[in-house]
Amino acid sequence: MSQKTIHDIAHARAGDKGNTSNISVWAYDPKDYPLLKRQLTAERIKSAFPKLFTGTITRYEMDNLHGMNFVMLDALEGGVNTSLNLDSHGKSFSYLILSLPIEG
Amino acid sequence: MNDIQTIRLGCGAGFSSDRLGPAVDLAQRGALDYLIFECIGERTMAFGHRDRMLDPARGYNPQLRARMRGVLAHCHANGTKIVTNMGVANPRAAALLVIEIARELGLTGLKVACVEGDDVTHLIDPDTEFMDHPGAVKDVGLRMVGANVYLGVEALLPALQAGADVVIAGRIADPALFLSPLVHRFGWALDDWTALGRGTLAGHLMECGMQVTGGYFADPGFKDVPRLADCGFPIAEVAADGSFVITKLDDTGGCVTPATVKEQLLYEVHDPAAYLTPDVTANFRGVSVTEIGTDRVRLTGADGSARPEKLKVTIGFDGGFLGEGGISYAGPNARARATLAAEVIRERLTRINRLGGDLRIDLVGMNSLHQTAEVPVSDSADIRLHVALRSTDRDDIDMMLWEVESLLCCGPAGGGGYRGQVTPCVVTHSCLIARDQTSPTFEMFVA
Repeated sequence: MSQKTIHDIAHARAGDKGNTSNISVWAYDPKDYPLLKRQLTAERIKSAFPKLFTGTITRYEMDNLHGMNFVMLDALEGGVNTSLNLDSHGKSFSYLILSLPIEG
Repeated sequence: MNDIQTIRLGCGAGFSSDRLGPAVDLAQRGALDYLIFECIGERTMAFGHRDRMLDPARGYNPQLRARMRGVLAHCHANGTKIVTNMGVANPRAAALLVIEIARELGLTGLKVACVEGDDVTHLIDPDTEFMDHPGAVKDVGLRMVGANVYLGVEALLPALQAGADVVIAGRIADPALFLSPLVHRFGWALDDWTALGRGTLAGHLMECGMQVTGGYFADPGFKDVPRLADCGFPIAEVAADGSFVITKLDDTGGCVTPATVKEQLLYEVHDPAAYLTPDVTANFRGVSVTEIGTDRVRLTGADGSARPEKLKVTIGFDGGFLGEGGISYAGPNARARATLAAEVIRERLTRINRLGGDLRIDLVGMNSLHQTAEVPVSDSADIRLHVALRSTDRDDIDMMLWEVESLLCCGPAGGGGYRGQVTPCVVTHSCLIARDQTSPTFEMFVA
């Protein structure tokens, strides 16, 4: 069986403002939220994608809704106006986060 | 007026190129009090300025005519008022166009208000400093096309109070387009931060259209959305205390669930406890999201505190061009052939043609969107070489496209399907100005 990823237990959405990306991540099942909260930290994301997310990452928790918001500065290769990425908004970056392995 | 139970708001567009059909559905069958079209992004604002420079009668949303032809008669028949930022960089010309369409449709007496005062280009000078990163206008090195301040409820209220059937503005903070009718009809005070915070949450959830009814959501097998091709635009049923239900027309596709609502709740939000608009510092932290029926989700518990003192301004600059050229390789050893093509292009452009500007080469099918995140390269037998270059020099862009097209005869074996395109670009930066530097006005036109 393949390694379990965050995609198996959570859904996510990415948005952009200038060169800042925010990605909210939500546990499907409230029972998985503590696991998600423990393993999906700002430091984890930063160390998984250091070349892309070059700035500070801040995590905001929405415990009552079983989700978290990650705000990543300097994360969009200059932002929609200057990025040469086909996905200049970083819309697909939510699936980068969801691709991370999770244990438990 | 303060004994109104519920106000029904519909969203007819969540971005400049949004679909028309679902907006017509809402105008026809939504039993709406207000139909709101949110059609400006930072880039579309700058494009509006550029359009107006080329033709003083343009600069508004290019789909304004089609949208009004689609919904105006229904809205008139159903007593639904329209609020929109489709004026973009030229609300006056937009209002006159709406009047023209109203007359074509025989809607004599229709009142159309144009709201102005968001264009603050005159307040920007070379020393104007940016709000979120170091630097000033003079450091950008590009031609400024225009600057607009995000206005709030106070800019729209006078037009609503004067009985406008259509209010057409330029840069209004997106949630304020939805909050304004609530303040107007419920009589909320402009320092009732709790009510304004709740109304702002409603606006925030509605402002991107289908992103709350199943758009930008489907992930087959994990998050399934029924009849996505027929997805409906959202409706908010807002109560006088600011609590509300997000729903949609029963016979449209899509879905409204706690999951669609939660994803949109934090879309483009940073600190959920401090969502800044011109009208309020909204707090979404204590929000409850409850499914109360099929495609009916109730939101309570948003709050707010005092509005920010300063207002955000977006300054647009002419950014030159983005050129994109592509050619595909498929079948055995496609990966090696595409990789060789990328090497040839890089060498031709940088060593031989000594091209300026920012260049990026992606191998679509192997690693493109996430290339810079350094995710592992996947193998594929169907790969598209995608070459992107930004430059203010059109000749550089044309040279790049010529080199990519040359690969048809001069590159690796089996390369086919060349396409190239050039897209005009804008660059935007933000600054802050004092609230008292703005003085929005409105003018009413009657069909």
